[in-house]
Amino acid sequence: MTENRFDVTTRVEDGRLLVTMTGDVNAGAASKMEEVQNAVADTGLRGVVLDFGKVDYINSTGIALIVSLLARARAANVEVVAFGLTDHYRQIFQITRLSDFVGIYPDKASALRAAPV
Amino acid sequence: MALWRRKSKQVNDVAPPVDVEIVEPVPIAPDDPLLDYLQKLARPIEVEKIEVESPALEEMKAANIELLVPLVTQGELVGILNLGPRLSERDYSTDDRKLLDALASQAAPAVRVAQLVREQELEAQQRERIAQELRVARLIQQTLLPKELPQIRGWTVDAFYRPAREVGGDFYDFIDLGEGRIGVVEGDVTDKGVPAALVMATCRTMLRAAARRFDDPGRVLEEVNDSLHVDIPPNMFVTCFYAVIDTHTGLIRYANAGHNLPYVRTETGVEELRATGMPLGLMPGMTYEVKEAKVAHGDTILIHSDGVAEAHGPNGEMFGFAGLMGLMGAHGHAPDLVERILDELEDFTGPGYEQEDDVTLVVLRRTSTAQEAAAAFMTDRIITEFEIESQEGNERQAIDLVEEAVASIGLPEERIERLKTAVGEATMNAIEHGNKNDPALPVTVSVALDPSALRIRISDRGSGRPEGAGVATPDIEAKLAGDQSPRGWGLFLIESMVDEVSENTVDGLHTVELVMYLEGGRE
Repeated sequence: MTENRFDVTTRVEDGRLLVTMTGDVNAGAASKMEEVQNAVADTGLRGVVLDFGKVDYINSTGIALIVSLLARARAANVEVVAFGLTDHYRQIFQITRLSDFVGIYPDKASALRAAPV
Repeated sequence: MALWRRKSKQVNDVAPPVDVEIVEPVPIAPDDPLLDYLQKLARPIEVEKIEVESPALEEMKAANIELLVPLVTQGELVGILNLGPRLSERDYSTDDRKLLDALASQAAPAVRVAQLVREQELEAQQRERIAQELRVARLIQQTLLPKELPQIRGWTVDAFYRPAREVGGDFYDFIDLGEGRIGVVEGDVTDKGVPAALVMATCRTMLRAAARRFDDPGRVLEEVNDSLHVDIPPNMFVTCFYAVIDTHTGLIRYANAGHNLPYVRTETGVEELRATGMPLGLMPGMTYEVKEAKVAHGDTILIHSDGVAEAHGPNGEMFGFAGLMGLMGAHGHAPDLVERILDELEDFTGPGYEQEDDVTLVVLRRTSTAQEAAAAFMTDRIITEFEIESQEGNERQAIDLVEEAVASIGLPEERIERLKTAVGEATMNAIEHGNKNDPALPVTVSVALDPSALRIRISDRGSGRPEGAGVATPDIEAKLAGDQSPRGWGLFLIESMVDEVSENTVDGLHTVELVMYLEGGRE
């Protein structure tokens, strides 16, 4: 097995749930991302901010995980924004139309401001 | 009675009357003053009355010839009737001479016509004989020149041969010496026609035999020189350039038996391949200097015969070696170098020029590295090729290795990222769907470069997707609503990332090819 290159932490900042991912968003991230999905649905906060600043690889499985996260958030009436995406992944978010459902911001401050409280 | 035949030292017999003493023909030299005398006189005359210093006249007297009747038509002496003494032993009368004069004036034109017909027949025979010889000479040349050019990886070879009307003795040859080495010959036999063609044939056979026995090109020429010297007709010899080229390294070793110096067009200019040696067949025991040179990628060698440099323009000026060298400087790298030289030659000699000598050109070009790469694999060059184990997550290895392999190509960063994503997705599919995560089955990745594109081929042992299974664009709304699996992004991503995607299955190997244009690809 390849080493697990993914880690994720969640904490509340300015009344939003800040999700900070580190490493590769792929199959290896599945179980941890499932915990995040639960956290997003259960926290009771209206805004979630995804921090991709320390992510350097997202594959199609990772995109599926993000889609699942968005689906759970949507069902729980939670709005999701993101920052820290590289140009390449910002383009992938556009191609996949993920960006129609996740506001993408250049930095943490603007992302936090954009997410509802 | 005898007829003297025009332009001939022979004298024709004419059937004598029965019972008449035969007057022996008397040979007359073409420069005998008697001929000039009789032509001017143009009437019968007794031998005794002729006052000319003439060897023939003395012989006539000795042969008992009494009367000469010149056959003159249109002021030209075409024959002489030699008459011996009259049977009655009396002198020829005035009437006799009138009769003979009348006979001569009637006979002379008829004799002349007969002579002309005979001359034309002989000329026609001569022409036919020459034409036949030329056909034979051409046939020998054509039979012995290479039927096709050698196919050498990393080299392009071109050759041109055009005989002069009187076929000369030019020839060229390529000899496969094994291990990527090739012997290249160009020669020119002095003389023309069948004799030259026969010497060419002999020389070619000797060269082929010697080339297989000796590696050293000088030794090869020595051997041929000694053998040829025994057989070659006097005053004939053969100029010959012989080189052994290691087609892998570009090393050329050559010797020259008095043939024109070949040229090499390098990156910086034109150089001569200069080695000294006497023409083949002149004298035995000659030695031949051997030189070496390195043919770099993109360099072009031109071997040429006299028919080019020694062609004459309308005012008698020669095309010249300097002219040919200049052409090599200007067009040495052109793929159609031979055509360009011939065009220039035609412009120089002007219309209606009859080629004086055979024209032979042999061009050997070591292809440039990029061209070689493309030629070596028909369309592209493999930069790297590797296998990875079919285990989840191993697509990262493929991504890293491909990234490393294409680093020097100079693709924009953004396009490299797209390529990495596509490689990752295709490799994941190969691992998961093609090889079913079986570590025993490898995924093969090759990275190839052609002049216009990067081609990444990813192969697994699966059968590919079922026929007609198109790539559905994932519906994000349906996925968010839970009506569609959140998965299913792989092929969509691949197609979005690169300029072309194709797949095929051959012999149990399913391959997806990702094509990224080097320029002008999708934004």
